[in-house]
Amino acid sequence: MTMIFGIPLQAFLGQLLIGLINGSFYALLSLGLAVIFGLLRVINFAHGAQYMLGAFVAMLMLQYFGINYWFALVLAPLVVGLFGAITERFLLSRLYKLDHLYGLLFTFGLALTIEGTFRYLYGSSGQPYSVPTQLAGGTNLGFMFLPIYRGWVVVVSLVACIGTWLLIEKTKLGAYLRAATENPILVQAFGVNVPVLLTLTYGLGAGLAAFAGVLAAPIYQVSPLMGSNIIIVVFAVVVVGGMGSIMGAILTGYMLGIAEGLTKVFYPEASSIVIFVIMAIVLLLRPAGLFGRDV
Amino acid sequence: MSDIIHTAAPPRIERSGTATKTYAIFIGLGLVLLLVAPLFFYPIFLMKLLCFALFACAFNLLLGYTGLLSFGHATFFGGAAYFTAHVVKVWGLSPELGILVGAFGAAVLGLIMGFFAIRRQGIYFAMITLALSQMFFFFCLQAEFTHGEDGIQSVPRGHLFGFIDLSETTNMYYFVLAVFLIGMAIIWRFINSPFGMILKSIRENEQRAISLGYSVSRYKLGAFVMSAALAGLAGGTKALVFQFATLTDVGWQMSGEVILMTLLGGIGTLIGPIFGAGLVVALQNYLATSEFPVTIITGVVFMVCVLLFRRGLIGEFYASRLGRKLGFEHRR
Repeated sequence: MTMIFGIPLQAFLGQLLIGLINGSFYALLSLGLAVIFGLLRVINFAHGAQYMLGAFVAMLMLQYFGINYWFALVLAPLVVGLFGAITERFLLSRLYKLDHLYGLLFTFGLALTIEGTFRYLYGSSGQPYSVPTQLAGGTNLGFMFLPIYRGWVVVVSLVACIGTWLLIEKTKLGAYLRAATENPILVQAFGVNVPVLLTLTYGLGAGLAAFAGVLAAPIYQVSPLMGSNIIIVVFAVVVVGGMGSIMGAILTGYMLGIAEGLTKVFYPEASSIVIFVIMAIVLLLRPAGLFGRDV
Repeated sequence: MSDIIHTAAPPRIERSGTATKTYAIFIGLGLVLLLVAPLFFYPIFLMKLLCFALFACAFNLLLGYTGLLSFGHATFFGGAAYFTAHVVKVWGLSPELGILVGAFGAAVLGLIMGFFAIRRQGIYFAMITLALSQMFFFFCLQAEFTHGEDGIQSVPRGHLFGFIDLSETTNMYYFVLAVFLIGMAIIWRFINSPFGMILKSIRENEQRAISLGYSVSRYKLGAFVMSAALAGLAGGTKALVFQFATLTDVGWQMSGEVILMTLLGGIGTLIGPIFGAGLVVALQNYLATSEFPVTIITGVVFMVCVLLFRRGLIGEFYASRLGRKLGFEHRR
């Protein structure tokens, strides 16, 4: 058997794949956080809850309406995005004039409420969501066995990340968004409806989280706690990357996911904290984060 | 760019000179109430309340008086609970020494966490403290001395100064009350000291404080360590009251709870967090037997507080007509 650094190649590649998958979720989630933060200056604590909502909406759609995975992949983000937009329009928007910490606290309360409600209704234990038949099974790559669904997750999340990046960097709407990030008052003076832009952005961020949630549903169990487990790690990712750039958030997400996967191979005990350790080191060496502009 | 995320002050409530008399009367009344309370209420409940009240006040030292939102205070509360439980149970230390060890351990943790966290401001500060505290949570989950999921069970309360039996509930209550009062006295002294004044100036205008020549990061770190030590004092005491230390106390939910207590009572008021803690603990007790999860109510209260009354109960009282008549002043 081929060995690499004294570890069987198969185990190495297996963990690398798991790292890449976790990294995909970190990237998608930190991307959403960065998009929301860029314009609204709010750290969306409810991001984890929206990710969980995405998975739950997909599962409930299947259970009650027989809507399959492919439609859920489109519909669940729309539902959660709409929910996010409504929350932003009627509640969160009242807090913009205040210290940004209030936005964090509000979304924290929102996250607790959503999570508590789902725990009350569906219990804390996870429920399975089966892999769609088109993506079931796996393929033997010669050096390792690749479950097709996992490969799909990596590819589709990469596409979603790049798509969002293109949307923000290359389209007219994105140009408005970036301009409003720099100077909302001036943009408003040019006749752009900034409040609507803010609502759209929050909806987009929430939708991205839900999209990640639907992708995650067949891999992890659909449980009310799945959001809060991941969101704190994503916060660390965001601190490492700095929220200055969209691409930075994406890259950092993948890098840290892979770092976590590799730690599982070499020193499993530390795998749950390695991202936090990296965060601490980055804070020492580059307090603004790897891609950050503002301290 | 940096001015956008700089830490603006929470609503400020200050006390004018004329209010001192009213204040003294309230404090006297409060003391009497606390002394006779065990006659009317379940002592364990009261002790829990006192521990959380001290915890919330220690937290408020940081949020209310320095303007730093820590999302990782469970580390100090729960960490101290583990330290105290361990040294009392395994090393056989006396309860007063055990609590001191807990507070000291929390201060050391505060020094480490603060060292990293003060490198960033505002929202980043909150996220870093949250991440580091999650790291400590995983440490506690895996470390040998914490016994993982089981926690440290059946911690003896021991004898205070060698002769006061703390397994006696009444003795324990007055011991906890004494710890609480000492903690509050330290907080009061701290915020009224020159050090505390400088902290307030940092809260109001950090750039200005820097330009006046103050080493802002050193003051922030000092406040962080102080707040951590006092939170540890509360956590260590709680470990003796309940005679166990578990993972619940180091989880992020606990950090959220203490924020809620402070917010509910009134950020930046000396006694607000006590009332906030009282409400939250009472609510938890009330809902403990029902199946309805506390998280939903906690979350809704959080949102309502942030949207509608950011001054908190005591802050609103100070700003109300009655409060102003009694001499309290709400400055904006």
